[in-house]
Amino acid sequence: MKKSIKMLKITGNFAENKDIAKKLRIEQIMPALSKGNEVILDFNGISGATQSFIHALISDPIRKLRSVAFSHLVYKNANEDIREIISIVYRYMQESLDGNDDSQTTLKHRKSSKHI
Amino acid sequence: MRNFKGFVEALDLSHPSKLEITTHDKWVTVHPANLVIVAALAIQAGKENTKIIGEVPETGRYLDRMGLYDLTKTSSPFVYHKKEEAGRFVPIKIIKTSRDQSHFITDVIPLLHLSEKNAIVVKYIIGELVRNVLEHSFAKNGAIVAAQYYKKTNRVSIGICDTGIGIWKSMNAYWHPKTDIDAITLALTPGITGTTRKEGGTAENAGAGLFFIKSIAKITRNYFVIYSGKAEYTLLKYKKRIKGMPRLYADPVRDPHSSTNSMPSFQGTVVAVDISLDETPEFNDLLSSIGTVYDKAIRERKQEKYKKPKFI
Repeated sequence: MKKSIKMLKITGNFAENKDIAKKLRIEQIMPALSKGNEVILDFNGISGATQSFIHALISDPIRKLRSVAFSHLVYKNANEDIREIISIVYRYMQESLDGNDDSQTTLKHRKSSKHI
Repeated sequence: MRNFKGFVEALDLSHPSKLEITTHDKWVTVHPANLVIVAALAIQAGKENTKIIGEVPETGRYLDRMGLYDLTKTSSPFVYHKKEEAGRFVPIKIIKTSRDQSHFITDVIPLLHLSEKNAIVVKYIIGELVRNVLEHSFAKNGAIVAAQYYKKTNRVSIGICDTGIGIWKSMNAYWHPKTDIDAITLALTPGITGTTRKEGGTAENAGAGLFFIKSIAKITRNYFVIYSGKAEYTLLKYKKRIKGMPRLYADPVRDPHSSTNSMPSFQGTVVAVDISLDETPEFNDLLSSIGTVYDKAIRERKQEKYKKPKFI
């Protein structure tokens, strides 16, 4: 199953409200990923986002669900700035998790964000 | 911004329940950061205990346009039609909730009449700084924000202030900094947040916000100032004659800067940022450079924790 979330309706043109990010993460993203569903975050119409917004949105799924998050979280219509921020969060989360007990990612196998 | 230190040194914070504001008698020129400090102190003291005294010159009209007189019991001596206000500035605004913040980003920043490319940078900076206040400062009066576009230098200056717990208290739960300047240094270090000691932060905080903003100021070759408690850190301007993108460092002490731990003790935090729009590269290039340094900082910090072989 696929769950598509149109971000513009929820965040407005510039995604900075972390309360909204947290709500989306807890109420929609984590439950869908936990069921094995693909989650498509559609950034159509969004001009920018802050790093702290993206962190609040996706860092916990990466930390808790690892490979499920890497394979099932997909980003649609993200502009170059938003892609860069998502990529930064992916990199530093994997960097932070590397070497922890259950981490399976290494420098060679670093996962990139999936965009469509 | 060069006068910020002198302005702060001249503050007398010994009577927080009463505020008297004076200006130079010939001219008034003020950075939004100075303005938001005064506004924050005025809000804290209360309108009935705040006044503007002495002779205010004609250029003091700016204080009225920015909304300072509204926070005092002194009537503005300046008469003008509100329509004359068409300028590229954001007057003093108080932001107390994340909804206020979203409204500010959507409806108020357009008052600066910036191109979309430049507006993104300003929205980013204000979005991160205001969120820091709302989340970490415990300031009952919220975040006080003002901004000004200067046509001559094609620059945007931003000031954000709160009268909350300050950076030392915010960092103390997990990091125990000895002094206010140690706390500021920690807060500017990528990957260090006041909410955990874990690498990668918590679900809501990564410890990236201030590092990103300081880096944006450095890349656009401008000032960044943070003042909290008795400490003040100023990132100095990267000289224009040095070609290429300024090099970013994870350790704020490696950046050309000035710092002190002997300012008048301010209960709260002020951040001032100038952004030269002529020097702003594509935002994603800028983010990419910052992200690379951020990763490296985390990697190096982790390596410092690795067990070392014992040699005898």
